[in-house]
Amino acid sequence: MTVLFYIAGAVAIIATIMVVTRSQLVHALLYLVISLFAVAVVFFTLGAPFVAALEVIVYAGAIMMLFVFAVMLLDVRAQKPPRIPWSAWAGPVALVVVLLAELVYGITLQNHALAAGSVGPRQVSAALFGPYVLGVELASMLLLAALIGARHVAAEPTDAPAGEADAGATGLEEAPEVPPAPEGVRG
Amino acid sequence: MAAVSLNSGLILAAILFVIGFVGLVTRRNLIVMLACIEIMLNAAGLAFVVAGARWGRADGQVMFLFVLAMAAAEVAVGLALAIRFRKTLGRLDIDEADEMRG
Repeated sequence: MTVLFYIAGAVAIIATIMVVTRSQLVHALLYLVISLFAVAVVFFTLGAPFVAALEVIVYAGAIMMLFVFAVMLLDVRAQKPPRIPWSAWAGPVALVVVLLAELVYGITLQNHALAAGSVGPRQVSAALFGPYVLGVELASMLLLAALIGARHVAAEPTDAPAGEADAGATGLEEAPEVPPAPEGVRG
Repeated sequence: MAAVSLNSGLILAAILFVIGFVGLVTRRNLIVMLACIEIMLNAAGLAFVVAGARWGRADGQVMFLFVLAMAAAEVAVGLALAIRFRKTLGRLDIDEADEMRG
């Protein structure tokens, strides 16, 4: 299991480096899918099969599908992407190496073994319906807000006002009358 | 089942996070920058799951679920903004957005 963790971790790191360095957008997105699958395997080796499945279904499935649809809508193949010169990478990479060294030092100050056994869907569901139920409701509200917000941000500015004006002008005349309630219906 | 140590998982999360960070700072394509944000969020979620596995509890996975929901919401709005960006400025290069209109 440890070997699987290191192999999947290496695949994730290599795929993530490829995401960051590819000049073609679709190549970068495909490498990101590989990276997400590798992290899902890492979750399996850590004894977290539920979030491994969630990673594949939601992250590599739904979120990457959003990316691919956006690329399809934007039609990015028309322009050849310009190469980023090596000098542009020098500063960020230097800072990031310092940051990574700091993080690794802080992490290795103490070590623990992970708990044996896997934490499956039953325990996660009990936690979600128990202490974290408020978070679940807030997450659903967040997703609804994001859905409506994304629709309005991405819509053409000429669509909504004209459509609503026409519907508002003719809607009242064409609205069907409410039929009377049949006999025996209460409430 | 899990013979991995805590440090290995956290160091993997740190490495993925800094790779996403360097991509975010260096790349100019808007959608690649959004993908780098997703890499960083995924790495933070990995850190949460590793921390939850250290104690054998479900809390780490629950936090990853919330991070996932937040990432999905942010990607939806971010890509909608990218579509507006492309339609307004013609390209996905963030260097094009160098002035504000009142």
